[in-house]
Amino acid sequence: MSVQPALERPLNQLPRRVFDGFGMAHRALSPFLTPTSADELAAIFQRAAELETTVAFRGSGRSYGDAAINGQGLVLDMRSMNRVLSWDRETGVIEAEPGLSIQQLWQRTLPDGWWPPVVPGTSFPTLGGCLAMNIHGKNHYKMGGIGDHVQEIDLVTPAGEIHTLSREQRPELFHAAISGFGMLGAITRIKLQLKRVHGGRLRVAQWAVPDLRAQFEAFQDASRFDYFVSWVDCIGGGAAGRGQLHRATYTAPGEDPMGTRTQNVAGQSLPKTMMGVPMPLVPTVLKIFYSSNLGVHFTNEAKYRASTLGSTADYYQSHAAFHFLLDQMPGFRNAYEPGGFLQYQPFVPAENAERVFNEILRVSKQRGIMSYLGVLKRYRPDDFLLSHALDGYSLALDYPITRANQAPLYAMLHELTELVLDAGGRFYPAKDSILRPEHFRRAFGQEAITKFRTLRDQCDPNRILRTNWAARVGVDEG
Amino acid sequence: MFQTAIVIGASSGIGEHIVRKLAARGTTVCAVARRKERLEAIAKDWPGRIHPVVHDVRDYDAAPDLYDQMLETLGGKLDCFIYNAGVMPPVEESEYNWDKDRLMMEVNLMGAVRWFNLAAPTMEAARSGTLVGVSSVAGDRGRRGSPMYTASKAGLTATMEALRNRLDRYGVSVVTAKPGPVRTDMTAGMQLPLMIEAHEAAEGILQLAERGTGSGYVPKTWMPIMNVIKVVPSFIFRKTNI
Repeated sequence: MSVQPALERPLNQLPRRVFDGFGMAHRALSPFLTPTSADELAAIFQRAAELETTVAFRGSGRSYGDAAINGQGLVLDMRSMNRVLSWDRETGVIEAEPGLSIQQLWQRTLPDGWWPPVVPGTSFPTLGGCLAMNIHGKNHYKMGGIGDHVQEIDLVTPAGEIHTLSREQRPELFHAAISGFGMLGAITRIKLQLKRVHGGRLRVAQWAVPDLRAQFEAFQDASRFDYFVSWVDCIGGGAAGRGQLHRATYTAPGEDPMGTRTQNVAGQSLPKTMMGVPMPLVPTVLKIFYSSNLGVHFTNEAKYRASTLGSTADYYQSHAAFHFLLDQMPGFRNAYEPGGFLQYQPFVPAENAERVFNEILRVSKQRGIMSYLGVLKRYRPDDFLLSHALDGYSLALDYPITRANQAPLYAMLHELTELVLDAGGRFYPAKDSILRPEHFRRAFGQEAITKFRTLRDQCDPNRILRTNWAARVGVDEG
Repeated sequence: MFQTAIVIGASSGIGEHIVRKLAARGTTVCAVARRKERLEAIAKDWPGRIHPVVHDVRDYDAAPDLYDQMLETLGGKLDCFIYNAGVMPPVEESEYNWDKDRLMMEVNLMGAVRWFNLAAPTMEAARSGTLVGVSSVAGDRGRRGSPMYTASKAGLTATMEALRNRLDRYGVSVVTAKPGPVRTDMTAGMQLPLMIEAHEAAEGILQLAERGTGSGYVPKTWMPIMNVIKVVPSFIFRKTNI
């Protein structure tokens, strides 16, 4: 019995999957395809137009909200396009397909002494997803987003064209496709400059800070270090915003006593336990504590106490262990079952950040709707069209969703969004569940959005590309 | 109570009674089977509440369109899905019959897989629903009488358990109903132990579905019996006539 080729079948004869956002609060059942080449992608665009359906790209599904799901059409699982096309160990320039994950990338390049210049808090995202969102790491204030290190991309558009884009070649489309959340076409080739490293470890230090004021003061020193990030306790303590800071610096040649012995996959193994609990069991244990604000109060208190008692002296930590905290606990998101969680990450200009974040913490506490996790980071502006980056800070927050808190949680975050936007703030599509069209306009600016729509008219005139996020924020409306 | 349901294998025997009982409980039902006249006769008794849908479960490619149409008929909401289609052509001692074996696998198991592929993700996405597979006590052990009937039902039982493990965390109930012998067209002329009437089997299956019980025998009398039969060692079981 022969099987009809997927592209010739009607939509409802295709394999389907319930795709969710990483926060588990958004999901949609969709037919999906797994393209393996740029030609196949072009054929899929054509077929989607014939079927009058839409297409969304999906990598590892690490976007927290609805940016990689499509409730009204196809989803393309891009992970099969994950070949390394070229790798120059002298210059540190790699060319790869979009389905290559950050993990696959560093595992290939670290033994040669190169590390991705920008990595998120998990190594699972694909390069395509990273560029679509122009992801940031704990070093944005110094290195910008990943887009700042991209030399060239190929973009296959639903209009049937293949563009090679760079800062010299069609720069306006280059700067829109990166951070264009997959709405201008499929990035099928990425040429990326990596960062030279002289060992498998970073020099790291941690210290506790008593409140948000102290956090911001500490960040004044960030530029002296390669990475700077802070955990913010949103629940406990007298003053809001106490926490634990981490800074890290690349080692100089010959500095690390381990030399280059950890500059390989084996040398990047993640810790096996957390506070004595085996990592695979951590989500289950967390789930017990995460069943109430009181439980989180307890875990935050323990974490804070541990950081105040811990040594503030420098120590060495592998790149992977420092960066990929989320990967150390497989299934950590299950701690938020069954309702899932909502990640809320406002970006606020430096002059307003402390005031706005204080207010967010105050309102959350006052209403008893607590964020179980807070992460503070520093940013610099960049040249990308719909950029979330600005000269300021972001506070990433994880709000658990329960049947009881759902309505008040969304109401509160809509109110806080007004506060953030009034302060000149922005948001990040990979972590958004809140923005409405009027928020989207204010966050990214009408002028930039109009430019983006003009490019969309050229690249995707029939509006084949769609995600639930793009539809929700009204990328094409107004 | 379910507001909406789809029942596959609905024109006679247990399925007909399931459909009638659901309609009597106020459920809007899409009743799916091959025999148009019989379906229409049943639907006529409950106009607007039972919607007849003619379909042969072996026509796998037709299922997606039919499913989409039925979902539309039911207002986009599916509370309960029951796969009851099953055949058991008589198989003689020492008979090895590809046609009959294939028919049983295609109707009893592959048809179920085809339809669960449609209904399960709808329920997973909706985070609610009850998925019911009408399996059989025959699926608990390999029986000499009709090897492929037992294989098809064992496959269905395992499929249901796997789906339960997959869907429980999403608030979807997956129910395996395992009736013993039931007096229907399928068992006409057979003398089987503890035989019950089709309407009794239908009632038992619906009760399991409404309770969202994982797996249950119909009637319950089979539970202690099967619990013993399941642990009989193979070297003894092969000497029996079961």
